[in-house]
Amino acid sequence: MSLAFLIEQLLNGVQLGVMLFLMAAGLTLVFGVMGLINLAHGSLYMVGAFFCAWIAGQTGSFWLGLGGGFLAAAATGALVEIVVIRRLYDRDHLDQVLATFALILIFSELARWVFGDRPLYLDVPAVLSGAVPLPGGGGYPAYRLAIIAVGLTTAVGLYLLIAKTRLGMQIRAGESDREMIGALGVDIRRLYTAVFALGAALAGLAGGMVGALQSVQVGMGEPVLILAFVVIIIGGIGSVKGALVGAVLVGVTDTLGRVFLPQLFGLLLPPSEATSVGSSLAAMAIYLLMAAVLTWRPKGLFPVDG
Amino acid sequence: MAERMREPLVNAVLVLALLIAPLTAVALDEPFYVGLASRVAILALAGVGLNLALGSGGMVSFGHAAFFGLGGYVAGIAALHAFEGSAFLAWPLEIGGSESMIVVWVVTLAVSAVVALAIGAVSLRTAGVYFIMITLAFAQMIYYFAISLPTYGGEDGLSIYLRSSLPFVDTGDPLSFFLVCYALLLSALFLTHRLVNSRFGAALQCARMNPERLATLGIAPFPVKLTAFTLSAMITGLAGALFAELNGFVSPAMLSWQRSGEIIVFVILGGVGRLFGPVAGAALFILLESFIGGWTDRWQLVLGLVLLSVVLFARGGVIGLLAGRARHD
Repeated sequence: MSLAFLIEQLLNGVQLGVMLFLMAAGLTLVFGVMGLINLAHGSLYMVGAFFCAWIAGQTGSFWLGLGGGFLAAAATGALVEIVVIRRLYDRDHLDQVLATFALILIFSELARWVFGDRPLYLDVPAVLSGAVPLPGGGGYPAYRLAIIAVGLTTAVGLYLLIAKTRLGMQIRAGESDREMIGALGVDIRRLYTAVFALGAALAGLAGGMVGALQSVQVGMGEPVLILAFVVIIIGGIGSVKGALVGAVLVGVTDTLGRVFLPQLFGLLLPPSEATSVGSSLAAMAIYLLMAAVLTWRPKGLFPVDG
Repeated sequence: MAERMREPLVNAVLVLALLIAPLTAVALDEPFYVGLASRVAILALAGVGLNLALGSGGMVSFGHAAFFGLGGYVAGIAALHAFEGSAFLAWPLEIGGSESMIVVWVVTLAVSAVVALAIGAVSLRTAGVYFIMITLAFAQMIYYFAISLPTYGGEDGLSIYLRSSLPFVDTGDPLSFFLVCYALLLSALFLTHRLVNSRFGAALQCARMNPERLATLGIAPFPVKLTAFTLSAMITGLAGALFAELNGFVSPAMLSWQRSGEIIVFVILGGVGRLFGPVAGAALFILLESFIGGWTDRWQLVLGLVLLSVVLFARGGVIGLLAGRARHD
């Protein structure tokens, strides 16, 4: 096994982690600020991917598509917040789970209606279609490196937004005491809509970027949503820092597990069994990671409330 | 007085209707509806299981499909080995397949109990939204595990060529199989009724409403909740075994998170914490699915809208609408 291969797989893991971070950041912000568990977050990711692929297909420009997907997801998020989600803040988690489960069904069926049953495909933009040489030989797709860069930039941007701006101050205040910030004259309803739309936009961005790596189809959001749940459970629900650490941890564990566990078992077992045992263990690796973290820290790595 | 009598009346009508429907269908020679009634009875049984954890214990498990699917796989694997005459385990003990439904049930109950104890032991360390997501994640883990099992069909699942048998009952006959499911549903309803009204049930409800108070009374909430979670999983697992035998097929779809969502929907559509809620919920769900599904391809859209309206506007579920407001909230 060469060094280049190891670096390549590590980068794949980080790239998956960064995508998961974009999803998890929205989930964790919405939970932290509004106390809402949103299963339909995966649908917003799907909306971003569909609009990106569709606009790119119509105009021929990936960048217009990506911008369109980002805006479409933000707008859908704002609309859903105003029409449905807003009524759920005072409800218990069970009602939130059910209502957002219903939203998934509605979104999936609407997407099938509007965009058809067949998956859409999106090409990697020409600028990023090359490979970047890796130390130790071989190359790594520039597009995946760009995703990592976008994700890390977003992480920094989100940190600055929350720590340094007025909106961020209101978000943090909303996390700790929503009545008080309402009493201080902040329009809490608009703040909530803004936070929800922000989370939706990040999910849409993730969806749009992933659209060039895999086919865009109905149901693409839910597997990512569940991984994002694992991420925020590991990171601590409500913590953006936790989401970043958890996402990279999950991304790297999953990718390396799938590559190396079958090889590892190959040392002990005959090849056919090794592949089967190794790949089933690899499929379970991140959940075992989650169980281990929870046994050690029931509120995640970076618990928000003490 | 009238208010208090309405819920038992609604329940009685529901249970009788579920029995009369397939009998009428047989008389009219419409076997399709017998199968439909079996589906209702089985899914209601799965809901009754979840309702014990969710309604009485306040444990919102978003992973009950794990147990439903495990039951299905027990039935499927037993049938496969019995059909092939091969061994499930050759060492240290030789275990083959089985054609006996009783054996399938017992193994299902045991497997569900063991897995639920493990999942519950980790998940119940947390509460609220963490619990929801963790149960979901564990179910997903078992889902991916099933997909990566080539011996048992992987992504494609397993066919059950021959339904397992019971002494004195011809399980191959649709009506007899329905009656078996119906009897199990009634037993589960009776069992949960007794359980919820026992000392254990009181402790469980107290663990939901005020765990600190329960602890000061000298009863630790954790074992009470874990026991209820495990029993709940066993009932849902049993429903899964029946479901696989009804369809003659088991696949990872039985373990999927959508399935977990559907089982919650049965409970909620019917009304949380009401003994017969899951029966009403499953019946309504299956009826809507088969009739609207026959009328339009957009059944999921309709289901989504119905569900959303129930959550936003009709919080007591169907039984709540028919029988007045919730008894507790």
